[in-house]
Amino acid sequence: MIIEIEKLHLFYTEFHALKDVNLSIPEKSVTAFIGPSGCGKSTLLRTLNRMNDTIPGVRIEGKVELQGKDIYSSELEVEYLRKRVGMVFQQPNPFPKSIYDNVAYGPRLHGVGKKSELDAIVEKSLRSASLWNEVKDVLKKSAWSLSGGQQQRLCIARALAIEPEILLMDESTSALDPISTTKIEELTRELCRNYTIVMVTHNMHQAARISDRTVFFLNGEVVESADTQMLFSNPVDQRTEDYISGRFG
Amino acid sequence: MNLPVTNKQGGPPGKSGKWGKHVIEEARGRAFVYFCVLLMVVTIFSIVFFIASRGLTPFISQGVSVKDMLFGLKWKPEGNPPLFGALPFLFGSFVTSVLAALIAAPLGFCASIFMTEIMPKFGRTALQPAIELLAGIPSVVYGFVGLSVVVPFLRDVFPGQGIGILAGAIVLSVMILPTVTTIGTDALRSLPSGLKEGSYALGATRWQTIYRLILPTALPSLLTGVVLGIARAFGEALAVQMVIGNAPHIPRSLFESATTLTSIITLEMGNTTSGSLHNNALWSLALILLLMTFLFVFVVRMLERRVKR
Ligand SMILES: Nc1ncnc2c1ncn2[C@@H]1O[C@H](COP(=O)(O)OP(=O)(O)OP(=O)(O)O)[C@@H](O)[C@H]1O
Ligand SMILES: [Mg+2]
Repeated sequence: MIIEIEKLHLFYTEFHALKDVNLSIPEKSVTAFIGPSGCGKSTLLRTLNRMNDTIPGVRIEGKVELQGKDIYSSELEVEYLRKRVGMVFQQPNPFPKSIYDNVAYGPRLHGVGKKSELDAIVEKSLRSASLWNEVKDVLKKSAWSLSGGQQQRLCIARALAIEPEILLMDESTSALDPISTTKIEELTRELCRNYTIVMVTHNMHQAARISDRTVFFLNGEVVESADTQMLFSNPVDQRTEDYISGRFG
Repeated sequence: MNLPVTNKQGGPPGKSGKWGKHVIEEARGRAFVYFCVLLMVVTIFSIVFFIASRGLTPFISQGVSVKDMLFGLKWKPEGNPPLFGALPFLFGSFVTSVLAALIAAPLGFCASIFMTEIMPKFGRTALQPAIELLAGIPSVVYGFVGLSVVVPFLRDVFPGQGIGILAGAIVLSVMILPTVTTIGTDALRSLPSGLKEGSYALGATRWQTIYRLILPTALPSLLTGVVLGIARAFGEALAVQMVIGNAPHIPRSLFESATTLTSIITLEMGNTTSGSLHNNALWSLALILLLMTFLFVFVVRMLERRVKR
């Protein structure tokens, strides 16, 4: 288990958004968070790389451990954590720089300066994100000139360039067309051989297609967490069954 | 514009009242807007035409050459023969404005970053009103403060009388600080929020995010503020005139007195008779100011085009 979450509570000022979450996430696999809108999936995802720290009024209780180390302890630098836990957002958010500079942004932050090294990292990351063939001749072009699906794969490449152990993806295909979605789904399966992937999705078929484990949320609580096949074929909890058979949400 | 109004009122009964009112209101609104726009366009064009016709006269019919005016060093409009070299004024205007921008730009950028990234709450409630206040202070007050604070300070610390190019530039830099800061703050606030998150998520610190991502992204907008600031400084007369010394020559140091296009116009305009060569030559200087303004507007447009892409 690469991530262990114990008795996690999260408050947005007064609002109790996560209630007593206990969860383990296995290494080198795809874990999907599903559940109706507003149930706290993004919130939990963002506690894993401490992106909630940037929101004023957030209070957290409980423990989140990454490979046995508490990520909220004061000894751990948040920048170091985020280097190990990468994130891809719902909307593609490439920087207004060239394709090359987008991918090189992270490595440069963390001290890689040599051109040859950067070149290698950029190529490797773009290949991993299966974007290399489309952009290898236009690396100097602005990233904003790419299509939405290409931009999202660029964001994946950008996240991979700092060689994280974990990749968080928050509904990263919801703004994309079916073909781009399929590409990113295939990519996810590809990547989970080397990375631990945690994704939020609204699309239950997507969760069923590409995840190894699925976690079902309702009102800030984990209702059920199981192997994807088990959860979809044999849900234990009545509420899970209602949700996956489309009776609410 | 829309005369069919009367026709429609004569339409089918019952509905006609309502219909008519709509159309009349629409037509009235439109007429008013068109009238205002027309008035504005006419005003602008008359001003430009007036300045150009007066300002071009010395070159066309009074035997002054453009080259002599732009590159001549001596300004002796009442001399024999009269000399109209405006280079010292051009030089003074340029140097004071650009120097003012060089002082104001870093300060303004820092203030913008402070107000948006570092302490947004304090910035919005305390710093922003203060800066807006700065923008509202009349220029004669700036000149007065410059004369009683900046000039003595420069006189004590540096060689010379204190009055001169640097004093003018310092006063101007305070005057254009609000422009640079306000435009910069707007630019930083309007950056897509996803950008910053993307940078933080890659493990960037706040400072890394500011100077590797935010500053380069907002640079064209920040420069727009600077250019507008230069434009304002270029056109400012009173405050500069009070501290620059008004000596019509090209200074050899920052602490020597000099003069600007605007101050020579305000100083000499009253002593000339309309239509005289001297008077028309001053209009030529005004024309140069106008052309410079056009140039600044053009540069701002170019920068804005870069922002959009
Ligand atoms: N910055 C915030 N301040 C206050 N409340 C928030 C904030 N962000 C989220 N919330 C609240 O926390 C709850 C969980 O939000 P979250 O974004 O995690 O939901 P979600 O499961 O990701 O929903 P969706 O599927 O619509 O993305 C919601 O009720 C939301 O209103
Ligand atoms: Mg969400």
